Amino acid sequence: MPRYFVDRLSRHTVSIFGIAAFLILVLIALFILKDSLPALKEVGLIDILFGAKWYPSHGSFGILTMLAGSVVTTLLALAIAVPLALGCAIFLAEVAPPRVRSITRPAVELLVGIPSVVYGLVGMIVLCPFIARLSGTGSGSSVLAAAIVLAIMVLPTITSISEDNLRAVPVHYKEGAFALGATHWQTIYHVLLPAARRGITAAVILGTGRAIGETMAMIMVIGNSPIFPTSIFGPARTLTGNIAVEIASATGIHESALFVTGLVLFILIMLINGIGLIAYRRRV
Amino acid sequence: MNPKIQTKELDFHYGKVQALKKVTLDIKEHQVTALIGPSGCGKSTFLRTLNRMNDVIPNARLEGAVFLDGLNIYAPEVDVVEVRKRVGMVFQQPNPFPKSIYENVIFGPRMLGLNHRTNLNDVVEKSLRASGLWDEVKDNLGKSGMALSGGQQQRLCIARALAIEPEIILMDEPCSSLDPISTLRIEELMQELKGKYTIVIVTHNMQQAARASDWTGFFLLGEMVEYGPTSEIFSRPKDKRTEDYITGRFG
Repeated sequence: MPRYFVDRLSRHTVSIFGIAAFLILVLIALFILKDSLPALKEVGLIDILFGAKWYPSHGSFGILTMLAGSVVTTLLALAIAVPLALGCAIFLAEVAPPRVRSITRPAVELLVGIPSVVYGLVGMIVLCPFIARLSGTGSGSSVLAAAIVLAIMVLPTITSISEDNLRAVPVHYKEGAFALGATHWQTIYHVLLPAARRGITAAVILGTGRAIGETMAMIMVIGNSPIFPTSIFGPARTLTGNIAVEIASATGIHESALFVTGLVLFILIMLINGIGLIAYRRRV
Repeated sequence: MNPKIQTKELDFHYGKVQALKKVTLDIKEHQVTALIGPSGCGKSTFLRTLNRMNDVIPNARLEGAVFLDGLNIYAPEVDVVEVRKRVGMVFQQPNPFPKSIYENVIFGPRMLGLNHRTNLNDVVEKSLRASGLWDEVKDNLGKSGMALSGGQQQRLCIARALAIEPEIILMDEPCSSLDPISTLRIEELMQELKGKYTIVIVTHNMQQAARASDWTGFFLLGEMVEYGPTSEIFSRPKDKRTEDYITGRFG
């Protein structure tokens, strides 16, 4: 086969794959939208988005409590995970001796591969009883348990991407800082972290997306009551959990309302990624 | 003339590779000393031993001593930050931080905790004037240092090094990525600066060494072959290897 033919063929092949990936995304969005329409027409977007009552048997389909549940657990998880992950990334990139790093880094990366149901299980068996004892009431299934489990789940993502970005900072920045009498820590804080800021932002955004989308582990530790997360020791429900818990028994408008939940999740994730992209592209 | 820096029997190893062999050298105060030699001869390694930039290289080992005004900078009680405060450095690639021009210049004073002692605006102006960059950037101090041309970036790096008021400035092939006009400006600058500072420059460019330096040391395979006044090294080298190198027979 002539070379130019192979060249053109492969170019067209990968183009088709690329367009297919985009089309799949569009189709998914369209199907979610189509199945959402009955509930959107019947109940109305405002009542679904800002309704605080989710009583499918009474025709109340407000998802505000779940929206709050997802946002609060995610923010709390990030508040725990980001400092830990940054510390871990700095340790791996700058402090750890090569031998320690050669063990720690693969261990951190292995954490990504553990199925979320296992995290949920550990949360259920270990964390929830501990929180129950700490708070003195309930089963321990709570916003706090969910946030801690989520934090552990997003920790490796944020750590490894942040470490890669810290390592990618050109060595001459570091030398420049050292030559000006900066200590190692000053160099990390004033030169390396700012230089790696965009990549670290991307890492946090990626972690946020993962946290918002997490389902199985959340169902197992958050208690799943569709109420506002007023106490970190109390239960709540996430958007993802709402779908997973009820979809098997839902029909009609109820089922359609769950699709609206999915639509809101979809838009939420797109917003987060959009913000991430803007933050990533902003000039230094 | 006083020796500002003296090295005694300086050996340096990268792992099993010996990069410097018993280098003994006196560097005179308020003079420009050029270190020349072919690639891999150890001249850059030598330069970096003078402000302990090699400290962070894993498996590297140094023997011998470097005296700065008679103080061995490798003595265990010596604080490396103190050494680097007295011995500034300019690198081969201009390496301004991705910060504003202003922030670049005050970086050193800030890190050393000198913010309160002097007015930072004065430090910025003084340093940029000394490096000949002031008139070009005075209305744009908030502009990113990375947005300057290569020659300007290098002069910003010189200003940044001057801001911590060092006694010595090390320059590691500071013109190798610059055009001839920028190179000339840096060479003129070295002449202006030597009144206040002691300058050690590593260069690949023998014309540069001949033009801009007062003393020249020729390095070959980790040894310092010959050292003397630049005019003598280039007109009457004593060692055959020096003669071969400066007449372009190798390297």
